[in-house]
Amino acid sequence: MTTVTDTHEDHHDHGPAKGLMRWVTTTNHKDIGTLYLIFSLIMFMVGGAMAMIIRLELFQPGLQFVDPGFFNQMTTVHALVMIFGAVMPAFVGLANWMLPIMVGGPDMALPRMNNWSFWILPFAFAMLLGTFFMDGGAPAGGWTMYPPLVLQGGNGFPFMIFAIHMMGISSVMGAINVIVTILNMRAPGMTLMKMPLFVWTWFITAYLLIAVMPVLAGAVTMLLTDRFFDTTFFNAAGGGDPVLFQHIFWFFGHPEVYILILPAFGIVSQIIPTFARKPLFGYSSMVYATSSIAFLSFIVWAHHMFTVGMPLQGELFFMYATMLIAVPTGVKVFNWISTMWKGSMTFETPMLFSIGFVIMFTIGGFSGLMLAIAPADFQYHDTYFVVAHFHYVLVTGAIYAIMASVYYWIPKWTGHMYNEKMGQWHFWISTVSVNVLFFPQHFLGLAGMPRRIPDYSVQFAEFNMWSSIGSFVFGLSQVFFCYIVYKTIKGGEKATDQVWEGAEGLEWTLPSPPPYHSFTQAPEIK
Amino acid sequence: MSSENAYYIPHDAKWPIVGSIGLTLLLGGFANQLNGSTSASNVMIVGFLILVYMMFGWFGEVIDESESGTYKKVEGVSFRMGMVWFIFSEVMFFAAFFGALFYIRIFSLPWLGGEGSGASTNEFLWGGYENVWPSNGPGEVGGEYEKMGAWGLPAINTLLLLTSGVTCTWAHWGLVANKRKQLIWGLVATVVLGFVFVGLQALEYSHGYNELNLTLGSGVYGSTFYMLTGFHGFHVTVGAIMLTVMLFRSIKGHFTPENHFAFEAAAWYWHFVDVVWLGLFIFVYWL
Amino acid sequence: MNKLKQLFASGVALIFMSSAAQAEYGLNMPVGVTETSRQVYDLHMLILWVCVAIGVVVFGAMIYSMIYHRKSRGAVASHFHESMTAELVWTVVPFIILIVMAIPATKVLIDMHDTSEADMTVKVTGYQWKWRYEYIGEDVSFFSSLDAASNAARQVGSDIDPATVENYLLDVDHPLVLPVGKKVRILLTAADVIHAWWVPDFGWKRDAIPGFVNEAWVKVDEPGVYRGQCAELCGRDHGFMPIVVVVKSVADYEAWLAAQKGAAVAAKLAAIEDLDPRELKQKGKKVYRANCVACHMKKGEGILGVFPAITGSAVATGDINNHINMVMNGKAGTAMAGFKAQLSDVELAAVVTYQRNSLGNKVGDAVQPAAIAALR
Repeated sequence: MTTVTDTHEDHHDHGPAKGLMRWVTTTNHKDIGTLYLIFSLIMFMVGGAMAMIIRLELFQPGLQFVDPGFFNQMTTVHALVMIFGAVMPAFVGLANWMLPIMVGGPDMALPRMNNWSFWILPFAFAMLLGTFFMDGGAPAGGWTMYPPLVLQGGNGFPFMIFAIHMMGISSVMGAINVIVTILNMRAPGMTLMKMPLFVWTWFITAYLLIAVMPVLAGAVTMLLTDRFFDTTFFNAAGGGDPVLFQHIFWFFGHPEVYILILPAFGIVSQIIPTFARKPLFGYSSMVYATSSIAFLSFIVWAHHMFTVGMPLQGELFFMYATMLIAVPTGVKVFNWISTMWKGSMTFETPMLFSIGFVIMFTIGGFSGLMLAIAPADFQYHDTYFVVAHFHYVLVTGAIYAIMASVYYWIPKWTGHMYNEKMGQWHFWISTVSVNVLFFPQHFLGLAGMPRRIPDYSVQFAEFNMWSSIGSFVFGLSQVFFCYIVYKTIKGGEKATDQVWEGAEGLEWTLPSPPPYHSFTQAPEIK
Repeated sequence: MSSENAYYIPHDAKWPIVGSIGLTLLLGGFANQLNGSTSASNVMIVGFLILVYMMFGWFGEVIDESESGTYKKVEGVSFRMGMVWFIFSEVMFFAAFFGALFYIRIFSLPWLGGEGSGASTNEFLWGGYENVWPSNGPGEVGGEYEKMGAWGLPAINTLLLLTSGVTCTWAHWGLVANKRKQLIWGLVATVVLGFVFVGLQALEYSHGYNELNLTLGSGVYGSTFYMLTGFHGFHVTVGAIMLTVMLFRSIKGHFTPENHFAFEAAAWYWHFVDVVWLGLFIFVYWL
Repeated sequence: MNKLKQLFASGVALIFMSSAAQAEYGLNMPVGVTETSRQVYDLHMLILWVCVAIGVVVFGAMIYSMIYHRKSRGAVASHFHESMTAELVWTVVPFIILIVMAIPATKVLIDMHDTSEADMTVKVTGYQWKWRYEYIGEDVSFFSSLDAASNAARQVGSDIDPATVENYLLDVDHPLVLPVGKKVRILLTAADVIHAWWVPDFGWKRDAIPGFVNEAWVKVDEPGVYRGQCAELCGRDHGFMPIVVVVKSVADYEAWLAAQKGAAVAAKLAAIEDLDPRELKQKGKKVYRANCVACHMKKGEGILGVFPAITGSAVATGDINNHINMVMNGKAGTAMAGFKAQLSDVELAAVVTYQRNSLGNKVGDAVQPAAIAALR
């Protein structure tokens, strides 16, 4: 994607030293954004490969391919890679690319630190993925790392802990940068309530990140000392409690799931008005709804652990608080639909992915509401129903929004239009296959199939086979996506500055691709 | 807009990658050490030295830029906001450990002792255990120990740290009023108080290990006590080193009444460390 | 979008039909065999239908808009972008719906927490990877692990078709037996890591947490065999520790309980007799395959880095007392559990003898059940 910075550098494959060092030492928000996005795409493929192994083993009952221990490593590392390696870096990459432009600033506020935020990640993931080659293999206790099970891990255990520490450092620095950029780098006249919604949602996400990543760091530090330094935080004999870890972890974990979805809300709120050719409905209520969701995310964590045997009052509190989240989330969905209502819609690929997002994220929201009902959760918990739920909100939610944003902004980034026909094919193949992949998992869970098992009773065979077939097609269609992105970087129809007929916002006032330094002169805000 | 007013964007940041390599060697070496490797400590030391080198280099570059007048007010605002939110993230890190302490004292120990919903837990698994804080749990992990008292060294340490907060502010007043002597002597006092605190803390640990049989392995009391005070002590050390750097820079003639972000950052950090200590003194030592 | 909608609709239709087809396909949550499970099922269906109704309205509006408000049909964009009334309506209405759902949910939850006035108590302990059931006050307790047929079929490359195994992965050697119509208090705990005890027909699952006891209760309305699985990731063989509960009439249950007590006495008597080392080795192989093979592997080679090998190990070829101690009491801080409580004297003697004289080891000594009994 060198074309974004300098038109003379079209032939990027030249001498390694200089070419490489540019990427290593860059402080440019676009370069760093590109690095994040490419890293995230690579991790998406790595995590996806693990998902393929999982679905291959689950294709039919009996153990055909992998050992159960290795299967557990796959599920554990698949989740860690997808969450910390694919979705979060993708959002940070989008923030890097777009935030300074959208607020009319010259760059991110703290450019050197921005570089470090990215360049910690490859090292952290080298450490995490390196555990596959160690004695005892990769961590296999689930991405939630519940003790005492996780403490039984092999030599990979401390590496996983430190990899998570490094990812945390990277995320916190990235979030600080986002906050400071938004607060301090806005062009004159860009008041807070004039900011595009993507900026707003990232602003709130950044606060969530700063608040919870250190808590995760604390939690995994306690795991480390419990294993190696004789502490007993999670051991009843010493007065601790294994459930304590789950409380701390989910205090991080629930805001974390909003970290994975709030920027997606922002993206969709940018795209739908563009293609409906109509301003976003209820801008201020969108801002308030996002803030309420962020606030509520701090007081609902224990709904992830209804079955640990909390006292009744605790379960009631967390059930009510969780149900409340449906209100602001509903507001957002209603606002999106009202934005579409009486618009003048066209359905280019970004819009297709956004509409797919709204529908399928809402399906995930429905199952989320069902899971909020504690007595019913006693049945759903730790079954494939939960697996279906969070893949609907994360794959057809977060990932679909990221796909939408790539199609939406890639003409701006590269100066080339992507191939619209291919984009539409990508959308339809993905959408059909992802539903074949995840919808049957609702039935599997309700019928009694626990999650994280490598083999199952024969009654579950049919739906698992469907699910696996869906997953293979979905996986292949993402390889196709890589091809589309590659092709667009290499060439294609020249994109105009405006790109989309209905597009509004500062990013569309810059040339496609934008100059290396975005706004050296602060733009005028109407 | 003329280029003098433009926001300063540095180029060619070579320190971050050095930092990543240092951090990876330090943590990777540590992990290998924990796995029982005997040579890993060398890797750790190399990683640590690289990190120190990175900090000298990175901060040195920023200091040079600052002293040569590269930064204007707007960059200063970015730095300040960055520092505030960094401190907030540190607060949340401590919150995790305080949260663990409160959970253990309010929920897990009473349940193990049969209170509340823990009746069956006590009856079937830990018969005879009674919950009295401090506790090393129903398994009496780590054997008999004595509680660390609040009114000996810890009380003195509280005084030291609170005084250091005052001297730090006094130094700041000196800087703003351009009274360089007050700045330097205020910093000297703060740094000395800070390192004395760390020294006394070390003395207290040795007392705990050698005379009270209170170790990291003394059940949850030992765990929470050493982890909370230990991480705090580490932060005091870092803060004191930061202030030492500020002292040397002050002696060299750095900082002006208008432009002294680094001093402010170190001072904020110091006050944060102060406040955390108050929490520790109340909830870990006293109550 | 229509395709999607159809898929969703067909999914809903499948759920709707499921009460008829449930036996074969298992599409929906089972209604179950307890008052609680029926209440949970009703709650589940209530929320499901509420969600379906909201979905029809929301997606309906969306699809209508997508059809009629498209540029290709000549739609011209309006410019409205705010309505306080609309925002208020779609904040307040969902809130009211939520309250309506919260009321029955609260009732069921309170009911599920009430473990008082139970007729009997069973303590359930999760182990890696089996369950232990203790009938409190009855002096009856036993372990329950995956049955041999499933265990053979589930090995990697076993070439046994799971479809030919009856109740594949859902059968155990010793099921939990409960009387019908009695309120049974279940005490849940674990010996090593967290497990979760779940029988879908009973309407709940609950975590088994080491060092703590969780309480739940069940009152089954009709005799039968009910199957479930461990629901919390508990390591390598998490997928292979099923739960089977046989519910019998009160009279049959009493008879079964009496027989258990008799069997326990017989086993104790048998333990005192010395056995031929060859017989010990044969028994030991069975015990090894059932208890040790998951970590130490079939040929005793272990898994590098996590589970040490038995073959040629210092423990299994060294001092026999160390070996016995390791098997009986485990090793703190590792996954090696103590098998003192899990295995009988005969089984312990057998497995130690087997490990010392098989799996590539040839120490030549043996230990008798009486020696184990003396160590208890």
